[in-house]
Amino acid sequence: MNAPLLCVSNLCVEFPTRHGTLTAVHDISFDIAPGEVLGVVGESGAGKSLTGAAVIGLIDPPGRIAGGEVWLAGRRIDNLPYDAMRKIRGREIGAVFQDPLTSLNPLYTVGRQLVETIETHLDLGPSAARARAIALLEEVGISAAARRIDHYPHQFSGGMRQRVVIALAIAASPKLIIADEPTTALDVSIQAQIIQLIKRLCRDHGTAVMLVTHDMGVIAETADRVAVMYAGRIVEIGPVADVIHRCAHPYTVGLMGSIPSIVEERDRLTQIDGAMPRLNAVPVGCAYHPRCPRAIERCRHDRPELLQVGATRAACWLARG
Amino acid sequence: MAEPLLTLTDVARTFDVSPPWLDRVLERRPRMHLKAVDGVTLSIVRGETVGLVGESGCGKSTVARLIVGLYEPTRGRIEFDGVVLAGAGTGGGAARRAARRGMQMIFQDPYASLNPRWRVADVVAEPIRANVPGIASAEVDARVAQLLAQVGLGAADGAKYPHQFSGGQRQRVSIARALSSEPRFLVCDEPTSALDVSVQAQVLNLMRDLQRRLGLTYLFISHNLAVVHHIADRVGVMYLGRIVELAPTRRLFASPQHPYTRMLLAAVPDLSMTGKARTAVAGEVPNPLDPPSGCAFHPRCPFADDRCRAETPVLKEFAGGGWVACHAVDEERLPTANVACPAVAIGGTDRQVRL
Repeated sequence: MNAPLLCVSNLCVEFPTRHGTLTAVHDISFDIAPGEVLGVVGESGAGKSLTGAAVIGLIDPPGRIAGGEVWLAGRRIDNLPYDAMRKIRGREIGAVFQDPLTSLNPLYTVGRQLVETIETHLDLGPSAARARAIALLEEVGISAAARRIDHYPHQFSGGMRQRVVIALAIAASPKLIIADEPTTALDVSIQAQIIQLIKRLCRDHGTAVMLVTHDMGVIAETADRVAVMYAGRIVEIGPVADVIHRCAHPYTVGLMGSIPSIVEERDRLTQIDGAMPRLNAVPVGCAYHPRCPRAIERCRHDRPELLQVGATRAACWLARG
Repeated sequence: MAEPLLTLTDVARTFDVSPPWLDRVLERRPRMHLKAVDGVTLSIVRGETVGLVGESGCGKSTVARLIVGLYEPTRGRIEFDGVVLAGAGTGGGAARRAARRGMQMIFQDPYASLNPRWRVADVVAEPIRANVPGIASAEVDARVAQLLAQVGLGAADGAKYPHQFSGGQRQRVSIARALSSEPRFLVCDEPTSALDVSVQAQVLNLMRDLQRRLGLTYLFISHNLAVVHHIADRVGVMYLGRIVELAPTRRLFASPQHPYTRMLLAAVPDLSMTGKARTAVAGEVPNPLDPPSGCAFHPRCPFADDRCRAETPVLKEFAGGGWVACHAVDEERLPTANVACPAVAIGGTDRQVRL
């Protein structure tokens, strides 16, 4: 395996509030190799989006990175001043967010937004920047790009807008793209097109992707490795086929069983009772123990660390060896 | 076949989306009409679950709203439990009101469909008080406690406000409220789309248990094919305001006939497909204000010919079970259907997208 492009170690994100400090992301470590797609999956409130935001330096105050390090291509980026981080954002890390309409400025043509991004990050003149903008739109599968470049975001459909957002993200050929729920707002047929596009970009440009989503199906189709998050921590991480078919952590097992399938017929879905704990009431010991059908006494007071279990690493006392 | 509980006959709903009068006069712009639902015929038998799937804007939510009476149909006939709710031979007002009590609706967003200023017990009690005027409050309280227990909430939860519950618990409150008027038929419009998968599983299991215990009939609307596969006995696939295929769930998922159904199934990401390339699907849903001629799906269909471009296909009974609206299926010029059928691999690259 190549040297990792992105290396996150022991990352913590905190939100100070009137009622004490809430830790939304707890001691998270992972790395992504060039050309690799790491899926980050979890339910609402698991901290997956915040992990992505922390990497790109977009945690809204009063939230802050309280500990840990983020290294991009051998350079530490979590402690950079605002202006230095701005240069990295867009140039070295691209971002794609869930809602393509709010990611684009409705008052500017998509061409102007693309050209602005290109001129900010690359040393190109106006006409060269425009030519690159048209090439980018063609690359993401927008036909008649030379005409469509002068249209406004509202003149594009949802799937087309998401393509424009992806074109913006790859405008300066970043090494890493953070895609936060890029297909959630889209219909299933359009979602298939966008996933294929992301995979092609990865293959053609060797771009690494951190794909944050709650949709295990999207992960199964796109990611090389997957990290499962629960209550701010990674509970299982490993190659995608192993996590899906041979998962070790009871939460991953429950999550997989609760997903309805179009192939298999089941009378009842596996049900995980209860809900993810709130940040101000994360249980001691393993955060999952109140919902875990296999919890033992030790789970109630000792928190398990990630341990190698077969091909994946899982944080569970029962999943050893 | 058992006697149907709900029958829709050629139901249509058109919305007037014309520009304002002044614009029409000054800019010579014509009136515009959007056919949200264009001739839907469907019957639902007692005790079954019919799923309705389709992409955004195909008219599935409009069908739900037409059934419960939130919209009046522009054309067609809706009959529920022997009473004609809309169309030729409409029953009297009292009869229609009585019949409507037998149906309730569950909405997608449990954050928007509960009044934030009402305690949960009042939310659930309102339909009881409205339906049985003068009911004793002790009786209402007992009934509310029973309903909350039925959906897996405690009696103490009745004193709380909606914001004190998680999304899944709120959806349980919505279900308790829907059940409080003792309906036989529930219209569920994307009831689990706003929920996480583990919570979705809780709600789907609950809905199935309630159906068995209370003999409920469901119309289950969703854009998620896997959820519909799990819950429904029969599935209707909608495209631009029409049902293009209606079949028993097993038949529809094992051998989809209509090219649009095949395309949708091929596009679903499935966990067992790890490593395999997903079938590429070209194009997007056309603008419903200016739908294509003939079969609305023909611009995206790899099997379209001149007949498809000119003549709108109607639902015809299919030998393998169910109904299909497709000239190509009718003429038997489609390759054998299979979920992973390479024949629906339209082109392969996503560059062929139409604008």
